[in-house]
Amino acid sequence: MCLAVPMKVTAVEGDEIVVELQGVTQRARADLLPDVALGDHVIVHAGYAITVLDEVEAEATLGLFDTLGMPGGSGAGGGDAG
Amino acid sequence: MQVDAFQSRELVEQLTADIARLAPTDQTYKIMHVCGSHEHSLSQWGLRSLLPATVELIAGPGCPVCVCPEHEIREAIAVAERGALLLTYGDMLRVPTRQGSLLDASTRGADVKLVYSAFDAARVAREQPDREVCFFAVGFETTAAPTAALALADPPPNLSILTAHRLTPPAMDLLLRSGEIEIDALVAPGHVSVVIGAESWRSFPDDFGLPTVVAGFEPVDLLLGVRAILQQARDGVAELDNVYKRVVKPEGNPRARAAMDQVFEVENVWWRGLGELPDTGLVLRESMAAVDARQRFGIRFAAAEDELPKGCQCNRVMLGQITPAECGLFRTACHPMQPYGPCMVSQEGTCYIWHQYGGQAA
Repeated sequence: MCLAVPMKVTAVEGDEIVVELQGVTQRARADLLPDVALGDHVIVHAGYAITVLDEVEAEATLGLFDTLGMPGGSGAGGGDAG
Repeated sequence: MQVDAFQSRELVEQLTADIARLAPTDQTYKIMHVCGSHEHSLSQWGLRSLLPATVELIAGPGCPVCVCPEHEIREAIAVAERGALLLTYGDMLRVPTRQGSLLDASTRGADVKLVYSAFDAARVAREQPDREVCFFAVGFETTAAPTAALALADPPPNLSILTAHRLTPPAMDLLLRSGEIEIDALVAPGHVSVVIGAESWRSFPDDFGLPTVVAGFEPVDLLLGVRAILQQARDGVAELDNVYKRVVKPEGNPRARAAMDQVFEVENVWWRGLGELPDTGLVLRESMAAVDARQRFGIRFAAAEDELPKGCQCNRVMLGQITPAECGLFRTACHPMQPYGPCMVSQEGTCYIWHQYGGQAA
């Protein structure tokens, strides 16, 4: 039920949005995400968009690996993930 | 592009090397997740095979379909047998009860159909204005929020809602206090936390001393979670961590939380096989009586003490006490074509998932 990947918002029509993933589009409700905007990537759950993907945080999470990958990193990083 | 990065083989190898370095050498360390979709990812990607033998990643009560008690399924059957069109999520149709499943009821003439979204229920009800339509609303916080949105979006008068929603943090709290669940650390569910917020898990490190990490569903997400937990264990601390910050905020989704609070109140409910757990369920508030199926149809069944079929050990699987492979019925008397217990029905059920993917030993 909870496995959902981010889908791109291609249209906003009041409480409804159109989302797209790899060329497949579907309609979803935006009742729970009133500030959703065109171009956002959203997680859709049971037909309702529940959150907007934060691209900066996504990059930051992946960025953790740069420091860990450095010599002597030895897993002491993990960064301020809390 | 984002998703691909979180499936990267290179990052997975890096994480598993870190995990191997951080893992305890002399004792088993038990990490529990409480999300059927986490179990799905773990099994589908074979991630357990990448963990050191001392790190056990076990499934907890993360399947809302599995814990939906018989009497609530019987309520749904009763509503359908009174002529209403009953709509529910697909996994619910085949869940066995001693009175049969919703699918069995449909073969006897009851009208039961599946929907993918709570909002489909409103659409179907508007298409059939002369007919009673009832949405059997099952799930944890992730589906409770859509149900709340449905109830607040001016539902048509012929639509009613039969709730069977459950709350994950208070249930885990009770099961840890009772000693039924014994673990060293917790992976908090990603999309439940999208709704209720990472901070909802604060008491698990603070009160129980469990390293607790909110994690997502890709291989890198889950291994990041395991690494963060083992790092805490190595440091001798128990903190709340969030490695799924790209979608989970500390406060969750405020609009969703407000909608849930407006529509539902917390009540004592039963979890199938786990008994009555106080303040772990959501029922419609009196102000929502107009859409409450239990009031509209005058149906309210009592819970039964023993709700699992004889010999079924779903309860012990859901508490992480045994793996599906340790149940004598697994893949013999109980398989997806003929599920004996609820954990073999749902795509979020641990037994179903282990059957599907081979179920690597924990």
